[in-house]
Amino acid sequence: MDPVLSAVRLTVREAIHTLSSSEDIDLILSTLGFLKRYLGETEDPALPEEQEEFATVHFSAFLRCLVNKLSPVWLELSPDGQLEELWDSFFLKGPADQAFLVLMEAFEGTVGPSFCLMKMAQLLANFLSQSRMAALMEEQCRPQKKPGFPLLQETLLNKVVGLPDHLGNCLQQDNLALFFPQNYFRLLGEEVVRVLQGIVDALRGGLDCSVSFLSQVLGKICIQGRQKEILGVLVPRLTVLTQESCLWQRVCWRLMEQVPDRTMEAVLTGLVVAAPGPEVLSRLLGNLVVKSKKAQFVMTQKLLFLKYQHTTSMLQSLLGYLALDSQRRPLLIQALKELLETWGSSSAVRHAPLAQQHYLSAAILVCLAHVGEPELRDSRDELLASMMAGVKCHLDSSLHTVRRLGMIVAEVVSSRIHCEGPHLKFQYEDDELSRELLALATPWTAGSSTLEADDDEFIPYDMSGDKELKSSKAPLYIRDCIEVLTSSEDMERWEAALQALENLVCRSPEATREVSVELAKVLLHLEERTCVSGFEGLRQRALVAVTVMDPAHVAEYLTSQFYALNYSLRQRMDILDVLTLAAQELSRPGHLKRDPQQVSCGSGSQRLPALASCQPDHSTGSGWRAVVEERIRSKTRRFSKGFPRQELASGPNEFNSVAGYFFFPLIQHFDRPLVTFDLLGEDQLVLGRLIHTLGALMYLAVNTTVAVSMGKALLEFVWALRFHVDIYVRRGLLSAVSSILLSVPADRLLADLSDELLEARSWLADVAEKDVDEDCRKQAVRTLLLLERLKDKFLPLTH
Amino acid sequence: MAVSLLPPPPDPQFVLRGTQSAVNALHFSGGTQAQGCPLLFSGSQNGLIHIWSLQTRRAVATLDGHGGQSVTWLQMLPQSPQLLSQGRDLRLCLWDLAEGRNAVVDSVCLESVGFCRSSVLGVGQARWMLAVPGKGIDEVQILEMPSKTSVCTLKPEADAKPGMPMCLGLWQAESSPRPFLLAGYENGSVALWDVWERKVCSHVSCHEEPVMGLDFDSQKARGVSGSAGKALAVWSLDGQQALQVCSTHQLTNPGISDVTIRPDHKILATAGWDHRIRVFHWRTMKPLAVLAFHSASVHCVAFATNGLLAAGSKDQRISVWSLYQRM
Repeated sequence: MDPVLSAVRLTVREAIHTLSSSEDIDLILSTLGFLKRYLGETEDPALPEEQEEFATVHFSAFLRCLVNKLSPVWLELSPDGQLEELWDSFFLKGPADQAFLVLMEAFEGTVGPSFCLMKMAQLLANFLSQSRMAALMEEQCRPQKKPGFPLLQETLLNKVVGLPDHLGNCLQQDNLALFFPQNYFRLLGEEVVRVLQGIVDALRGGLDCSVSFLSQVLGKICIQGRQKEILGVLVPRLTVLTQESCLWQRVCWRLMEQVPDRTMEAVLTGLVVAAPGPEVLSRLLGNLVVKSKKAQFVMTQKLLFLKYQHTTSMLQSLLGYLALDSQRRPLLIQALKELLETWGSSSAVRHAPLAQQHYLSAAILVCLAHVGEPELRDSRDELLASMMAGVKCHLDSSLHTVRRLGMIVAEVVSSRIHCEGPHLKFQYEDDELSRELLALATPWTAGSSTLEADDDEFIPYDMSGDKELKSSKAPLYIRDCIEVLTSSEDMERWEAALQALENLVCRSPEATREVSVELAKVLLHLEERTCVSGFEGLRQRALVAVTVMDPAHVAEYLTSQFYALNYSLRQRMDILDVLTLAAQELSRPGHLKRDPQQVSCGSGSQRLPALASCQPDHSTGSGWRAVVEERIRSKTRRFSKGFPRQELASGPNEFNSVAGYFFFPLIQHFDRPLVTFDLLGEDQLVLGRLIHTLGALMYLAVNTTVAVSMGKALLEFVWALRFHVDIYVRRGLLSAVSSILLSVPADRLLADLSDELLEARSWLADVAEKDVDEDCRKQAVRTLLLLERLKDKFLPLTH
Repeated sequence: MAVSLLPPPPDPQFVLRGTQSAVNALHFSGGTQAQGCPLLFSGSQNGLIHIWSLQTRRAVATLDGHGGQSVTWLQMLPQSPQLLSQGRDLRLCLWDLAEGRNAVVDSVCLESVGFCRSSVLGVGQARWMLAVPGKGIDEVQILEMPSKTSVCTLKPEADAKPGMPMCLGLWQAESSPRPFLLAGYENGSVALWDVWERKVCSHVSCHEEPVMGLDFDSQKARGVSGSAGKALAVWSLDGQQALQVCSTHQLTNPGISDVTIRPDHKILATAGWDHRIRVFHWRTMKPLAVLAFHSASVHCVAFATNGLLAAGSKDQRISVWSLYQRM
């Protein structure tokens, strides 16, 4: 054996012996001082081969011995702290990987809070703050001379990334802030940048380096869910560094390429979220998505089709990144095709959650903003086919949001693929959602704000009240009104008659009753002859007023017409709305004592709040639904407080005597298809409206004698339809069940309907757990709660 | 169900009542330092001129000088506490308002019974130029004041036949002392007269109906006119003094009786026969507000130098509004 090496071994063995047996402080200090020569930090360092031998063979063993000696008494041997300083210096100056491993090992061996534990924690904190972690990682990036490293690397990796967990477990309450994950991983981020800086310098000096260890560290941190901390430091720093130098970019690309496949998804997701824009992402990733299959899968499949919780700005970064390089653009086109295909699949439209459909639509619009005309031309037929299929199934949906997503996306897609010819144009309201989506589709150009700041202070006021002034005289009698509406050619007079009708009806109940059915018929068949603003609302309010004045006859007429031949779906839905609103009016206590003043201003531009809910809502008819749900909510609270309906103004429910006329004719014929009208088939939108109407009627029939039989019929009806595929229908069914629970007296419910309720309960539990639609799930939970309350209420009675 | 994200139209800041007659003309005193708080003058159908304090919101004085005949136009003279009023008694009175006086110090007899409002332009120390409807049916007379010398009569060429002048606007470019007159005529055209040369520089047919009011922004060389029809026209003047229509803006209801650009050239207001005051952004002509307060035709709108807007209506009320007032 080489005499030099055996001399080192002898010295170390002697030193270990001295340390373990001697209490002589001078001897200990001189021994340690001598050994320190091997670290090469003194004025008189040992020979390089001696240093090498010490570092590779003896260092760990020696450190373990030092750890073993650690105790307050031992350190007290040198009161001036010299011994403690020396002790520390071996850990802080020697090879970082071994020192780190020995320290971590020591933590594992120590139990409970003690002096030693705190001393080592302090030492580890010093180790971290003196950038030894960077030294450790840098060492791993150097070209390795000896084989057999993978296992050591693996251990190091685990310890480096698992440090917060280990320390948290060991130190419990006494943990230092530095070791908290939110601090530690940020520090590690800084260290990684430092190591990368070292690598870049080394590369400039012509040395070979590997970033694989760093990639593994990064991957492991990300897969532990600490993307925010580490990338929060790395991304801004790398953004700046890669801007200036190509070498940095290459190192960065290499760093990402070396990330193990297992952790690629976590890293990429974190990066796409953290990157401030596509340019940065492109600088950090390079053409990773072309080189790595896994990365491609994550970027073009997983983040687009499987995840949907991300923001649209993330979509912009991701798709912008794909668009920025000619090698990556085919992936963008491919993604657009697949996105549109999914968008156009009727199964996806029916079963995917709303949030995902929104995400998908946003992704399509962002894609379109990046795709150029020639690329679109190449795959035009394919895109067109997907789009047409998609338009159909979106417009078929009974959910308002889905229909609107369909319109917006189809409009943009068609305008892009038929840029020269006519394209699709839909009418949808211009609100935040549609504006936000349309903004996504505007072609990608950096910085295009042309608005002068000057205009910001001039925000227009609402000008919806700016209507044409009318001069023509309105009819004063109802019969005149009917005549004008049916036969007048004078449009101004016709409009005036329509506008005056509601007031006339409210003012003269007697005259109305004489012609009520005739008037209802005229109004139901009335077509918009001129562009009267608010035509739908005027007609609806007039119809409601007529129904309220003569409920039995008009309701009988309207319900019979609902199942009659030759009506449009629109008219049938109008019938439902009118019935609901009229029932609401009737059930409101004291509705006949309405202030005539209020009624008269109801026809003007400002409507009174109660009537505001009657505004025609072409989308979902959510006006009255909101009212019902709001009431359900308020009811629920009262139940729990134990003040059932105390705050309502009292008075007979005038809906009582006529509820049957409203309810039963509607519920009877739903399963008998007509030539033009098939509720259980294509016309599921009307079915949804019908169910909501029935639920509302049920709710409004509270405190009426007929409520029990209505509840029974409605429960059977719900049972028959409970597995309907349409979300809107299911929502209606759920709210109908709530209405039953609220309107039918509790004792009657449990006496007459207990079996049905049990069945309903298991169905509700099923919906609450498994339904794809969030609203359905919430509604089911609410209904279940109502059911529980009911049980609580009933139990005291039985005891 | 959010109907609109826009704020609802504002209410008037306050309303002045008590003229007991339709309000035809309004004018803010130019905030003369001598008088302290700003005043508002209103001229009404019954021939009275009310002076309103904007601080107490009450009439501080009433001037009666038109023999019960409607007052159609009011204007303070530049740099002197004197008020000009035009009445349907064919008299143009000059009132001295200094130190609480309110007496007619001078008057000019008019020869036209039309509804055309006059226009005034200061041309140097204590001298000013006055444009009034002339004796002939389509003439405009220019007087030099206070000497009342008739400078010239502007008569359109024989074959032009623009009808009566309906509204006048004298102005002067900052660079040259040359006075110009903009006149809106009964046939819906607006003409630019060079007063010194006594000839029409250019004219433009911008309305189908008689022009009822116009205002001109000499900084931007752009003007706006309203008519009995349904449109508001914006026209501009190029370097060769040629008028051309920039744009027209359709209104919901026909009939504009007055149009005024705010002194800071940011917004403009129109007085509508449909009882409404409309406010537009002057540079872009974006509609900003429709103020529905009056219950009868609005006859006149006026801006104060601090941006306050006043409107007088046939319903005998004067509404005062504070809109986009960041000056």
